[in-house]
Amino acid sequence: MLKFRETTMRIVFLIAALASVAAVVLICVFLFAQGLPAMGEVGILDFLLGERWQPLHRETPVFGVLPFILGSIYVTVGAIILGVPIGIFTAIFMAKMCPKSIYGFVKPALNLLAGIPSVVYGFFGMMVVVPILFDTFDMVDGRSMLAASIILGIMILPTVITIAETNLRAVPQELYEGAVALGASHERAVFKVIFPAARSGVMAAVVLGVGRAIGETMAVTMVAGNQPAMRMPYELFRGIRTMTANIVMEMGYSQVGSLHQGALIATGVVLFVFVLIINTLFSMLNKEKNIKDDMKKEAAETAAEPTS
Amino acid sequence: MDMVKIKKFIRKKKPADWIRFFVMWLSAIITVFILLFMVGFIVIRGVPHLTPSIFSPTWTTANQSLLPALFTTIVMVLVTLAIAVPFGVFTAIYLVEYAPRGSKVVRIIRTTTETLAGIPSIVYGLFGYIFFTIWLGWGISLIAGCFTLAIMLLPIIMRTTEESLKSIPDSYREGAFSLGAGRLRTVFRVTLPSAMPGIFAGVILGVGRIVGETAALIFTIGNVVRMPDSLLAPGRTLSLHVFTLANEGMFVDQAYATAVVLLALVLGLNALSTTIERRFRQRLQ
Repeated sequence: MLKFRETTMRIVFLIAALASVAAVVLICVFLFAQGLPAMGEVGILDFLLGERWQPLHRETPVFGVLPFILGSIYVTVGAIILGVPIGIFTAIFMAKMCPKSIYGFVKPALNLLAGIPSVVYGFFGMMVVVPILFDTFDMVDGRSMLAASIILGIMILPTVITIAETNLRAVPQELYEGAVALGASHERAVFKVIFPAARSGVMAAVVLGVGRAIGETMAVTMVAGNQPAMRMPYELFRGIRTMTANIVMEMGYSQVGSLHQGALIATGVVLFVFVLIINTLFSMLNKEKNIKDDMKKEAAETAAEPTS
Repeated sequence: MDMVKIKKFIRKKKPADWIRFFVMWLSAIITVFILLFMVGFIVIRGVPHLTPSIFSPTWTTANQSLLPALFTTIVMVLVTLAIAVPFGVFTAIYLVEYAPRGSKVVRIIRTTTETLAGIPSIVYGLFGYIFFTIWLGWGISLIAGCFTLAIMLLPIIMRTTEESLKSIPDSYREGAFSLGAGRLRTVFRVTLPSAMPGIFAGVILGVGRIVGETAALIFTIGNVVRMPDSLLAPGRTLSLHVFTLANEGMFVDQAYATAVVLLALVLGLNALSTTIERRFRQRLQ
């Protein structure tokens, strides 16, 4: 009886554990099964490199997602340019400079920043960032590539700071002491020794920030303007549409089973592939760090053993 | 050697060091300022509009009451947790207590949960729409949204449970085994109860995610204002309510007020989660 119960529950646990595997398989199968045929019908190259998106054109609907792929890349790069320097410097500050009293205030504040829902970011962007841009730069409409980049730059801060800080703290103290012993000042030791030592971890933080930025939907949709047109990277003050925004904008009124809906799902497939690549990159960078940690631990253990 | 002892050996700052020093301080100040400004701005604009009419039990186009959205959010949270928590906790139990370390199954499950954690919510929304709404024929309904969110929540609940279970010292388990308890009894009577606060913290973190989610819900539960009377009916959560009010641009005051309620909920939940988590760690040490 007892044996029976043990075995049943073990199987129940295993089945529960396999649910996440099933979920990933289902997501892949259903997205690809619905997206790829549409992509094929449009023509893969026409779809990925097409510059026009006119899904409701009466005679010849055109489905080119290049403007959205570029749009996603532009706003992500913008977010990186604006957010990463501030994020990394803040991370260095928190890991190596911050007085304890201030840390006790900044750290919880950052955790709060991480928890703010993306609609609130978007709403803030609509109400504050967009009007300010509108007034300052005399734009036609404040909703623009720049506005989206600014909001995304703020949104990736907590991700970048938290991961970069953890990795900076993981650098062995001996490196710092060595630098100081060689006559470096505190700042010089931190910037020239500790920061380079944590490089791959900091890169991992940036990559995870990229992942967040490229997948962000609501906040971007609310401030980017969403015009489905080709833009050049320097057209900062004009509206832009990302892959995520394209899905949100049109999914609601696309016909079930139509080529239009298929093309929107295919946009999701392209986004999904982007995100998978970014995540693989992240776990590779993070693994490098984990391997280093393991080596460190081993070294410490061997050092701790008494030598006869 | 600790910092205090080292301090007196450290060289004085050179001009370049002063620049580094100021850049770091400036960045930290900018980060904190942005946060305070954002939250402060919304609170200051929103609180004056938290009038009784916005909490009125019946929604009209004039009052834009947030009560239906609030109730829908609560229902969604409960149903989603009812689906996600058993799966998440059981997975963690399997990984920590049953599976042989480093086995192939463990590696596969770990990879898939990492993948799930990285998928953007709009992709979940698309999947939920294709699978639950269309393929399974559930239509635009709360239940379709709940299942979509439950998949999103799996990695969070699984990871926090796993970490809490791992932090329970092996001596607890050995003690139970030596008293003759089986593995199952040990899990449910010893390890799981000791890990409860940690799991609870993870669940609350998950609740925060559900409350703040928008993109995964817009095609699965739709965007209709209505009291949640059936799980098969469409609805609108608080976040979707803020999104819609903001986009329509006609009820900006109500949008601010709703955003305040949403912020208070999410930030409160996150703070609660961190506090429980911290207490749990302290008690273990």
